[in-house]
Amino acid sequence: MSYAVETRDLTRIFAGKKKRRRKAGEEVDESVGPVTALDNVSLKIEEGELFGMLGPNGAGKTTLIKILATLLLPTSGQALVAGHDVSKDPFPIRQVINMVSGGETSGYGLLTARENIIFGLWDKRNAKVRMLSTGQRQKMNMIRGFVTDPDILFLDEPTLGLDVNAARVIREYVTNWVRGQKGKTVLLTTHYMAEADQMCDRIAIIDKGKILACDTPENLKRMIRTETTFRLEVDAIRDLTTFSTMQGVKNFSHKDDIAKNRSFLTFILEDEGPVAEILSTITLQGKKVHSLQKSEPTLEDVFISMVGRGFE
Amino acid sequence: MSEAKARRSDLRYRIGLNLRAVKGRSYPRIVGANREPSWIFFEAFLPLLGIAAYVFVYQFFGGQALAAITTKTTAAPWGMCGHDPCANAAAQAAAAAAVGANTNALVASVVLGGTMVAFWLNVLWSMASQLYWEKEIGNLQLYMMAPMNRMALLGGMAVGGVVMTSMRAISTLVAGVLVFGVIFQVASPLVLLAVFFATLIALYGLGMMFASLYLLWGREAWNLSALMEEPIFFSSGFYFPLGGLLRIPGWGPAIAIAGSFIPASLGLDALRQLTLGSTAFGGNFWIFDVTTELEILVGMAVLFLILARYCLAYLETLAKREGKLTSRHQ
Repeated sequence: MSYAVETRDLTRIFAGKKKRRRKAGEEVDESVGPVTALDNVSLKIEEGELFGMLGPNGAGKTTLIKILATLLLPTSGQALVAGHDVSKDPFPIRQVINMVSGGETSGYGLLTARENIIFGLWDKRNAKVRMLSTGQRQKMNMIRGFVTDPDILFLDEPTLGLDVNAARVIREYVTNWVRGQKGKTVLLTTHYMAEADQMCDRIAIIDKGKILACDTPENLKRMIRTETTFRLEVDAIRDLTTFSTMQGVKNFSHKDDIAKNRSFLTFILEDEGPVAEILSTITLQGKKVHSLQKSEPTLEDVFISMVGRGFE
Repeated sequence: MSEAKARRSDLRYRIGLNLRAVKGRSYPRIVGANREPSWIFFEAFLPLLGIAAYVFVYQFFGGQALAAITTKTTAAPWGMCGHDPCANAAAQAAAAAAVGANTNALVASVVLGGTMVAFWLNVLWSMASQLYWEKEIGNLQLYMMAPMNRMALLGGMAVGGVVMTSMRAISTLVAGVLVFGVIFQVASPLVLLAVFFATLIALYGLGMMFASLYLLWGREAWNLSALMEEPIFFSSGFYFPLGGLLRIPGWGPAIAIAGSFIPASLGLDALRQLTLGSTAFGGNFWIFDVTTELEILVGMAVLFLILARYCLAYLETLAKREGKLTSRHQ
């Protein structure tokens, strides 16, 4: 079977750096790193697949894409794209790939959108690129990614910073592009759960350079279907230590909404048993429970179940 | 392998791809840069002022020399021809004509130098630091991911730089001729063109090589450019015939030889010989004859292009290993 992308024990370690920091009024040099961005990553992406890499910032998604796009060499292991080794034989790879990154600032500000990408953004075709909004510029970058009609397209957080409508248009376009043609493959990295869930045939969950799970969205969610997910909205809560040791709580995450003075808690429970104890712990702290909801597991719940924290 | 992929490996496709890459990379420089009308002020008018300073100094010295010749005294009834009084009216007229010719030759040297300065500044500030800026704005990773030959990328930068700077250089030349009344006498237009293009290829070959090195050095490259600007104006003889330094005992020849490693120096020397005549300044201020200089320039062009290719290939690998190919924020 030929794979569009295949990695075998791929590892990338970035050398340490010295950073100047201010401590107690004095400038001091601190050593940072080395950082293991990818840790023995092995995965296979089939031709014609829309494959997602889901993980928080710093998980290693972009590093993986840069290696596959022949822009970075692995420290060890092997990466094959269209059957060619990225380290030894990058030229044929470059003929069949393209890449678009979210928040990209490429292009020439003095040229028009038409000149930068030849077509697209028809109503803005004569506008200089520096005059385009972030969304329009990202749309231009997306079009650039498709102009060469690549067989394998790497999309690194393509909807980053886009409004809801622009993101929806891009998601639909990418999905139709893969589904409507034979042999087109997309590797999409994102930290938007819904985006990965909606678009991808298979998803790899990555954190701290390691692949934690890789399967279809349905199968990933099925992995924790035996568990129960509860979401609570409560008054802002600071003391969370009790929950981590509570019997029956497999994992939990929390997000704060400072403006509303609320906390949003997600619990992955072995069963519904600990719910009463959770509620009493919250009320004993003098906090009010505003909502309690039992829900179907999402990809975020899968991540919380595996890692013990959310993406935020 | 699909039909589309098979097509992509044939020679015709690859030649077409690289030519498109050259065109594509030169386009922003040729078209984009001229969209800012401020270039007329900064790159045509201001350099003219720089030239004017040297022209006025040379014209002042010419005027002083002419005054010494035409001022009649009892000891020198026909004026002074150098250190001695002129023998007669004919000697005085000949000395005055020689001063006029030398002043024109010096002013013409300055105008030609000012023209070539545009190319040197383009190589130093635009060409050499271009890859570094491409990296900063996020274009470099797209170029490095593209299947074209790396020399097509550098070639596109060079072609764009040459075309864009030619407009500025021509405007400086025309303004210099019109404003300062310089007279050029071109005896061998074909050789002149050959020298000009050999100089440009060698100069931009050097720029291509710098581009790779600057990619490695990052922001330090700016300091290096600033450091190289004024000393090279002097050591390359942009505003005077470089051969003049050879006649200064001690440091003069050393500076002249060091400056000759910049292709603009020998190119300018040959261009001056071809536009002013090799007998200008009494034939004493030239480094080599035109043929020798052309041969050296061709050699430099080939050498710098080869070095640029290997430098970029080496630094690309190094940058890929160290993760320095992509922009800072990614």
